[in-house]
Amino acid sequence: MKKYITVPIGKEVSRTLKAGDYVYITGTIYTARDAAHKRMKETLDRGENLPLNWEGQVIYYMGPSPARAGRPIGSAGPTTASRMDKYTPELLDMGLGAMIGKGKRSPQVIEAIIRNRAVYFAAVGGAGALLSKCITKSEVLAYEDLGAEAIRRLEVENFPAIVVIDSEGNNLYETAAQEYAGK
Amino acid sequence: MREIKVQEITRNIKEMCIEANHFLSKDMADAMANAAASEESPLGRQILSQLQDNLKIAGEDMIPICQDTGMAVVFLEVGQDVHFEGGLLVDAVNEGIRQGYTEGYLRKSVVRDPLIRENTKDNTPGVIHFSIVEGSRVRIKVAPKGFGSENMSRIFMLKPAEGIEGVKEAVLTAVRDAGPNACPPMVIGVGIGGTFEKCALMAKEALTREVGRHSEIPYVKELEEELLARINGLGIGPGGLGGRTTALAVNINTYPTHIAGLPVGVNICCHVNRHVVRVI
Repeated sequence: MKKYITVPIGKEVSRTLKAGDYVYITGTIYTARDAAHKRMKETLDRGENLPLNWEGQVIYYMGPSPARAGRPIGSAGPTTASRMDKYTPELLDMGLGAMIGKGKRSPQVIEAIIRNRAVYFAAVGGAGALLSKCITKSEVLAYEDLGAEAIRRLEVENFPAIVVIDSEGNNLYETAAQEYAGK
Repeated sequence: MREIKVQEITRNIKEMCIEANHFLSKDMADAMANAAASEESPLGRQILSQLQDNLKIAGEDMIPICQDTGMAVVFLEVGQDVHFEGGLLVDAVNEGIRQGYTEGYLRKSVVRDPLIRENTKDNTPGVIHFSIVEGSRVRIKVAPKGFGSENMSRIFMLKPAEGIEGVKEAVLTAVRDAGPNACPPMVIGVGIGGTFEKCALMAKEALTREVGRHSEIPYVKELEEELLARINGLGIGPGGLGGRTTALAVNINTYPTHIAGLPVGVNICCHVNRHVVRVI
């Protein structure tokens, strides 16, 4: 089913999204990948505050290529989400609303998604040029020294994604592949 | 003896890094277009159609096809009658990578130390493979490699008794485990034989063989065809979201090996299987 949603995202919206839904996302999202997650974890372990409150927010696992003059961003497709699995349950328990990435998640992450009524979207891997066209603004929010791995605030308009793991734990990667296996 | 200035190598490598990251080679572009036309799954077709649009935008607007513009893998086949002048060849190659990634707005994805992880900020060094061949030419192949798929690659040190069935199972296991993480549709490079490192290198180089061109060894060609059909029967599909197009090609290279061993390297590449070749 095709749906249009705005973000940040509340649990009342997350609940309505089902694995297999094709969504167009509009609003503010934040990039974070390996190095930013590691640094956030170290910050939390020291008892300090994170650069932003993740309540209802959306993380996009992405590190862009540099922007050419006059453009907000370079190529901007998803990276493999499972590398962040180690850090994700803690962020979900802090209220993180959704994640956009690609690839499988660990059982611990799926449990935390269900526990917190969150949602995991996949964007099309390797479509970085196309997806960059849905990003209208990009600015570094934190960890600028990490370069492509800094936390960026992005404004997105009708960013295409697919619900892969919904708030009940249904997992499109498992069901969809079974449908075509052995054909 | 033919003299070649290393600056010519630098210039070519720079251009090739930029070209590879914005334009798929014709064999890959054709394979992607064919997949978009033949996929059965509606969602799979939609994804492949997005990827067609993505390639168009990348070329027209000069935005890299994928934000992971890779670690630069360079194969240099150097004719033994060539003499390089003007500096060290390896420095010239890395200078080409530096210029290509900096001037071409490509992402710098290389860290200087695998554990300390400080970005080198110019995507150097590349991974450079030299071989000495006959003649007085230099064949350069630039294949920037993304790590979504690199991370899903495997080496299996099989027992000789496991034979061809063991090889098939190894390849299918690697692809099954890779699933959506490796950005299917994938290209599968396989190296069978040699030693631990030789099978990996053969698998890597197999990825740079044109999609659609098979091994000249009859049983290897059959193995490539059988494995492609079986991989596409796994159902993983475009983006891992179900369908018939899980891989575009299985390319296998082989080499003599030891009486006690059967090494199998499986190097997985996403649909952005970049390879540019020039001969100078």
